Amino acid sequence: MPVERLEGFHTGRTPEEVEEEVRRGVLTTTLDRAVGWARKQSMWPATFGLACCAIEMMSAGAGQYDLARWGMELFRASPRQADLMIVAGRVSQKMAPVLRRIYDQMPDPKWVISMGVCASAGGMFTNYAIIQGVDTIVPVDVYVPGCPPKPEMLMYGILTLQEKVRTTEPFK
Amino acid sequence: MNVEDLARRVGDRVSDVLVARGEVTAIVDREDLLATLGWLRDERDLGLDFLSSVTATHRPDADPAFWVDYELRSIALRHRLRVKVGLRAGDEHVPTVTGLFPTADWHERETFDFFGVVFDGHPGLTRILLPDDWEGYPLRRDEPLGGVPTWYRGATMPPIDERGMA
Amino acid sequence: MTAFRDPGTGELRQETMIINMGPQHPSTHGVLRLLLELDGETVIRCTPIVGYLHTGIEKNCEYRTWMQGITYVTRADYLSPFFNELGYCLGVERLLGIEAPERARLIRVAVCELNRIASHLVWLATGALELGAVSVMLYGFRERELILEIFEAITGLRMNHAYIRIGGVLMDLPEDGPSRIRELLRVLPRRIDEYETLLDDNPIWRERNEGVGVLTGEQALALGVTGPLLRASGIDADLRKDMPYGGYETFEFDVPVRTEGDAYARYLVRLAEMRESLRIVQQAIDRLEDTPGPIMVDDPKVGWPPRLSTGPDGIGNDPEYLRHIMEESMEALIHHFKMVTQGVQVPAGEVYSAVESPRGELGFFLVSDGGNRPYRVKIRDPSFVNLQALPAAVEGYLIADSIAANASFDPVMGGVDR
Repeated sequence: MPVERLEGFHTGRTPEEVEEEVRRGVLTTTLDRAVGWARKQSMWPATFGLACCAIEMMSAGAGQYDLARWGMELFRASPRQADLMIVAGRVSQKMAPVLRRIYDQMPDPKWVISMGVCASAGGMFTNYAIIQGVDTIVPVDVYVPGCPPKPEMLMYGILTLQEKVRTTEPFK
Repeated sequence: MNVEDLARRVGDRVSDVLVARGEVTAIVDREDLLATLGWLRDERDLGLDFLSSVTATHRPDADPAFWVDYELRSIALRHRLRVKVGLRAGDEHVPTVTGLFPTADWHERETFDFFGVVFDGHPGLTRILLPDDWEGYPLRRDEPLGGVPTWYRGATMPPIDERGMA
Repeated sequence: MTAFRDPGTGELRQETMIINMGPQHPSTHGVLRLLLELDGETVIRCTPIVGYLHTGIEKNCEYRTWMQGITYVTRADYLSPFFNELGYCLGVERLLGIEAPERARLIRVAVCELNRIASHLVWLATGALELGAVSVMLYGFRERELILEIFEAITGLRMNHAYIRIGGVLMDLPEDGPSRIRELLRVLPRRIDEYETLLDDNPIWRERNEGVGVLTGEQALALGVTGPLLRASGIDADLRKDMPYGGYETFEFDVPVRTEGDAYARYLVRLAEMRESLRIVQQAIDRLEDTPGPIMVDDPKVGWPPRLSTGPDGIGNDPEYLRHIMEESMEALIHHFKMVTQGVQVPAGEVYSAVESPRGELGFFLVSDGGNRPYRVKIRDPSFVNLQALPAAVEGYLIADSIAANASFDPVMGGVDR
């Protein structure tokens, strides 16, 4: 449904953008936009590095590919203080209940990034020992493929998640 | 000690010694295992006092079916020896060597975990790598690989042990 | 024993406390679970529980060809992927009875020693982070990025490269490879000096590491410990010197050994090892200049990939080679087809090949039944065996020391659990 642009009203956005927002049902108020911005701006990841992807996640947090630029300065050890879980690495059968328990311990709102193919779909290990995709246990927001994904790929995944958080209606 | 001398020296005690690809392998019976390993450790010119690895191989078509394999190493004298013990299917018991080599503790637990070989006398033979309530011994050759069929864009492919490719 | 007043009856009781340092913990170097029985702050008993990263690599290798096994095996001990590949390929080459060409051997040694430096940098970075020295973590990963950039230029990947192949290596070094490595060799010694300046005489570092996690030489040998842990406890055992493999006997380097057996000694040993690795890489790069030649064996039934080159659309089969198999030789085409579909056929036999990885003796027990798939691949991982010795190093010390001791053990859970 096209939006008529009234003369004299400058909303700073193109008609297509506004149309997009209306179509999504996210005709955001100032409060919603502020909350969305605040949530995405200072997400604290919980440390859930498992295998090789964890090393790349650490590299992404270190000096060269600095994650602190986007507010992820602190990797919280306690899941009770975190709102993002980056499942980095292969999840074995023994680790799956632990993963679910850590996810349950995180307070709302929480998001999950599944980093690497092993977390997304079981990776190259289609066998008895590895969970074939962590989305069988927890709901995943962003999947980042790669074996392991370069820190830049993880950054792109995080930015995608931030965009998703920014445009989600916070109070449903 | 080079490979031929080592084989000859070990042959003083063990009858079944073979040399292949620069490695010496001694095959012993289960009853002689502890005595042989102790002799290999205590002889001054053999000095095989370091146990690198304990593992097993399952050959379902052969008899004996389970072959437990001990990799010995002499750090001072710089040589290696492999000792193998054959176990028949249904009788997968072998005495533990943790009395001689305390390092065998976790190795034997892992071999039990994967193959179901019971090490008699082990201080705590429990599963180590698989969950404690896992059923079955996955690395036996008659156990399946597991995993799920791969699906992509509506098509499925069976797991890799059922694909029938060469 | 900790004394407390029982809330129900009001009498004084003594009890130890059992604490679970769970699989998800910032300081346990991965998914290691430690059950600690504490009396106050002293650890009375420590039980490591492993298996939270068990991947079934060994079973999976039995269903893939020998070449595909390289990609599985390289992800076992994921901080030293080249060593996994090297041990595996040396074992398969011994089964086949072949040897990689000289240039390939030199490249293998060079990348392996660079990997050793990178692995020790991760140990230093994470170990220091756990003890509170956050800036060392950033410096360690900064240096590691330099090395990873070189790996990416050579192999295409930063980690888990699958570069060392059966019979040689995947591709030759790129044009600017040797000059970039020389640049790295110029920069790294000063950075290692920086670490020494920061940490060597730092009173906090020394207090937290000296006398902590002590393993005597006899304990270490009995428990099967190898690598820097063994060398820090006074035993001079290094597979590169004792049972050389892959060309190491032609290189000049020393093996640092210390006798105290505590975490500080292990730190000194690893820093010294980094410097020795730089020496080896320098020699390898110098010798590479004078050693042109193939980087894969010539045998068409073994060498794979046969020839790669960089074209306008990336790296692919060399056009010369394609012309050869498509137009000139039917036999070469058949070999190519068989290698693609089936891979190498390895004669039956068993072999145990061991390399000296940054953590100790990394061994591969390979069993072949004559086909194109392994019959059994057993990875003797050094971290698995070294972790057995953790209770001996932790019991009797304070709980904070157990973190320092665990960090000095440098366990990599991918190798422990495979």
